[in-house]
Amino acid sequence: MSKPVRFPWLLAYAVAYLAFLYLPVLLLPLFSFNDGTIVAFPMKGFTLKWYAQLGAQDTLLQAMANSLIVGAVTALVATSLGLFAARAYVRYRFKGRELSEGLVMLPLVIPGIIVASSMLVLFISLGLKPSLTTVILGHVFVALPFAVSIMKSAFDDFDQSLEEAAFDLGESVIGTFRRVTLPIVAPGIVASLLVTFTVSFDEFVLAFFLSGNQPTLPVYIWSQIRFPAKLPNTLALGSLLLLASVLLLLTAEYFRRRSTKSAATSA
Amino acid sequence: MAGFLRTEAGKGLALSAPASLYVGLLVAAPLGILVAYSFWTQTYVEVDRTLTWANYLEAATDPLVRHLMLRSIAIAGAVTAATVALAYPIAYFIAFRTRKKTLWLLLITIPFWSSYLLRVFSWKLILGFNGVMNSALLSLGLIDEPLTFLLYNEFAVVLTLAHAWAPFAILPIYVSLQKIDRALLEAATDLGCSKLERFCRVTLPLSVPGIIAGSLIIFIPTVGDYVTPSLVGGSQGKMVANLIQVQFGPANNWPLGATLSLAAMAAVGCVALLFVILATALGRRIR
Repeated sequence: MSKPVRFPWLLAYAVAYLAFLYLPVLLLPLFSFNDGTIVAFPMKGFTLKWYAQLGAQDTLLQAMANSLIVGAVTALVATSLGLFAARAYVRYRFKGRELSEGLVMLPLVIPGIIVASSMLVLFISLGLKPSLTTVILGHVFVALPFAVSIMKSAFDDFDQSLEEAAFDLGESVIGTFRRVTLPIVAPGIVASLLVTFTVSFDEFVLAFFLSGNQPTLPVYIWSQIRFPAKLPNTLALGSLLLLASVLLLLTAEYFRRRSTKSAATSA
Repeated sequence: MAGFLRTEAGKGLALSAPASLYVGLLVAAPLGILVAYSFWTQTYVEVDRTLTWANYLEAATDPLVRHLMLRSIAIAGAVTAATVALAYPIAYFIAFRTRKKTLWLLLITIPFWSSYLLRVFSWKLILGFNGVMNSALLSLGLIDEPLTFLLYNEFAVVLTLAHAWAPFAILPIYVSLQKIDRALLEAATDLGCSKLERFCRVTLPLSVPGIIAGSLIIFIPTVGDYVTPSLVGGSQGKMVANLIQVQFGPANNWPLGATLSLAAMAAVGCVALLFVILATALGRRIR
């Protein structure tokens, strides 16, 4: 007698859950090709015109440029700060280490509206007008925990004896960092740059409060989604952003894996 | 000084100082100014810097403030419960029932990296009167006229947030399940536990830390969410963040906005603390 085939309930649940997760995400590309302005079934016909219109919208392109600038600067600053801090947390035992680690993770658990309102009040009090600069200052704050945790895992798998060998062979501190440490953790740095860029590129509430008359892309999208006539364009834009972020994420994942792999082979 | 920098403690402090100073300054300085503002008042165009409790009095007595604050906490609580309950089985599935763990984890995180704003907006398109859900149900002949109870209420807010925060529940629970020593499960079976008993007395208690972590990561930011209540909440689903934004934006009453921010933070802190205490007590009892 063969055992009765058991229906894998958990697998079925997991697949249904994935469908739930992807439903709203895949809706955007689906309806971005719809030849009509209403997001409802049945769909009308296939068109690419919503995509074609995007390139002609100056405010959109300006917002995109703003987001790219903010994202790039945020990624560089947050990753640099995160690189050194993570190095300290993994490598050295010192008084205040746990306090410092707790502090840099704090931005993850403060509601966005509170961060946004309090930074607005601070910057205005300091005489800093809302601009891309204030958005960057805010974005570094929220991106830092991501940079620190990625860099920590990059340093976690790092073999200390390689650095000691470099010292023994007469390399200076800076030389060792540049020629031994940096190349090994480079994939982690790339992953951190990509992730912090993505975090900044998608961040809305802070940018909403702090960007003044220099909107970032999410702030621009926010201004568009109230108008039904703009809907198809927004869907097309959203689909392109989705594609871009999936590509970025897969690249980050590739580098993160290479980082753990190279650490494993060097150990 | 140079000598100290060569010690282990010195190097550690020097390397971590820029990051922790940055965060520390940007937490402490705005808070200080927020506190100062909360004791000032807004006259027509100027801020009156005479110290007063007026904002706190207003925040404490205004029924709208109390209503929105309680509703925010209730919604965040419901979101947390729903997200964790929905996430637990999938975390369990990934930890115990599949070999393709990395693939599943990647599949779960991908949607999370798409635009938050557009994901929330997408729910509005799904749940709306002329939306995807209604048009699909109509064309299948399951309903005769569009359902109106889907959008613009607390339900829509809870559903949307449970979707948006899913990975934040799945990942910590998965990590704590993954850490469980499989020998403990075998031992439970050898000692005569049924599958259900084994789950209730071994697996579940050992995953409590993941449940606590996930709950906090979801609850705290959710209380202050602005996007979801404004897009899918309607008038029934507005939360405290919307009220704060009104004070800093259209109403131009920063002192009151500052007070509300501080009150929201205090409320979040209290509930989170209470939750941690309860959960650890519960965790100890199960064990």
